Amino acid sequence: MIDELRDLYQEVIFDHNRNPRNFRVMDDANRKVEGYNPLCGDKLTLYLKVEEGVIKDASFQGSGCAISTASVSLMTDVVKNLHEKEAHEQFQILHKITTGNEDVKLEEIGKLAVLAGVRQYPARVKCATLAWHTLETALQNKETSVTTE
Amino acid sequence: MTAVLNSVTRADNADNSLDIERIRQDFPILHQNIRGKPLVYLDNAASCQKPWVVIDAIRQVYECDYSNIHRGVHTLSERSTAAYEGTRKKVQQFINAESEKEIVFLRGTTEAINLVAQTFGKTNIGKDDEILITTMEHHSNIVPWQLLCEQTGAELKVGPINKKGELLVDDFKAMVSDRTKLISIAHMSNALGTINPVKELIAFAHGRDIPVLLDGAQAIPHMAVDVQALDCDFYAFSGHKLYGPSGIGVLYGKAELLEGMPPYQSGGDMIRRVTFEKTEYSPIPYKFEAGTPNIADTIAFGVALDYLNGLGMDTIAEYEYRLLQYATEKADAIPELTVLGTAKDKGGILSFVLENIHPHDIGTVLDHHGIAVRAGHHCAMPVMDFFDVAATTRASFAVYNTFAEIDVLMEEIKQLIKVFSR
Repeated sequence: MIDELRDLYQEVIFDHNRNPRNFRVMDDANRKVEGYNPLCGDKLTLYLKVEEGVIKDASFQGSGCAISTASVSLMTDVVKNLHEKEAHEQFQILHKITTGNEDVKLEEIGKLAVLAGVRQYPARVKCATLAWHTLETALQNKETSVTTE
Repeated sequence: MTAVLNSVTRADNADNSLDIERIRQDFPILHQNIRGKPLVYLDNAASCQKPWVVIDAIRQVYECDYSNIHRGVHTLSERSTAAYEGTRKKVQQFINAESEKEIVFLRGTTEAINLVAQTFGKTNIGKDDEILITTMEHHSNIVPWQLLCEQTGAELKVGPINKKGELLVDDFKAMVSDRTKLISIAHMSNALGTINPVKELIAFAHGRDIPVLLDGAQAIPHMAVDVQALDCDFYAFSGHKLYGPSGIGVLYGKAELLEGMPPYQSGGDMIRRVTFEKTEYSPIPYKFEAGTPNIADTIAFGVALDYLNGLGMDTIAEYEYRLLQYATEKADAIPELTVLGTAKDKGGILSFVLENIHPHDIGTVLDHHGIAVRAGHHCAMPVMDFFDVAATTRASFAVYNTFAEIDVLMEEIKQLIKVFSR
């Protein structure tokens, strides 16, 4: 594959796409929000178990492109055991690195750095952010569905 | 389809009547690199590229002839009016309408269908009446009817298709009843390439006094269309898919139907006489053309039709059919690839899915190799639902595409399958 494309499709992305983490229905979830990108038809259901402000468990179901699958898979890993406020901070970091409006030191943000590649691909930013907008809604405890539009 | 060539076994541009390399020289946009690779433009069903003559025509209008039309007595207004009305004549001839009066200029296919829904529909379709469409329609031939149904209490009926993407004609006919007041169907499907047996369906509908609208947006770039031979009541299409500018489209309607319809929008240029008590409308087609229209693009659209007449629509159809056959043979040889839309009668669209690779990933990777395809639901979500996919990748062909470009597409598809399956 062409080198520039490697910025977008890093091995970690392929890995999460092939073997998504936390890909299951959560029977004892107390937050459940659906995310939908009408542009490409990506759909996901995010499950959270939040106790005393801490995300004890996170999982998802759905289908999407490699970027959106990897993003939601990574996210469910990253936010587990975070306080809701910390999860919100992760959302803000993700937003910054994918839109590229502000300087973020990629080496300081851990796993999420692999998603920074999308900022070179305006048409693909929503693929990476769908999961996170869904998370934001879940953190606000809204039982609803989210679209990228 | 006018010509069927059974086997195309090698990459070969040779064609008795079309010099594709010369045609490609007519389209300046094609000669550029995208991300370092020669552009391979295969998104023609979304919108196709424009020849020099069309680009020059727009410049010529604004440089030399531009003014508002149907208003002034000065020279520029007369020139613009003559050129604008000249396109109406060219459209009439291009689709073999009986009269220029039957050619209404609008923004595109979508506006044309909305016009029929909100004028003919509101006048002739009421509570408990039915409008019949098919599963393979573009959203622009679904949503205007849903809106009309909400407004009137009418019901939208949807004719079924099979797994090849063909309309089930007998089932479709069986859905026609005394309550059916309009049939509105795609001449050719944008998502699958299926060409519907519209002539047969129109004859059947007319036997029951039901008018038929054809959504011709996809069909008209790929074949000669004769509205009198088809005997359709309405035919809607867009200029931008027909090598013309965007923002200009056509509604053809039989004169007696158009005359019986109320105006769509109102304002200047659509009136004969206005007082505060009463307004008399202009005769057709002007009754439907309120306000200053898209003058320059309409004039350039006429030039696009001249260009196509120069090549010959039957010749274009024959060449594109060979491209489609070649692409289909190549696609069928890739085990991980499934073509959606394998109708017997098909135009130049190859819609496909790859095992475990999402169309948006395919679209991004192909773009890196200079290849422009459409990845998505193609504004035909019910078709996606029918095939149980979220989206497809679609390569769609125009007269300037080559067999070598199809080779590039297929080679890059094979490469990306390798990368994603590692």
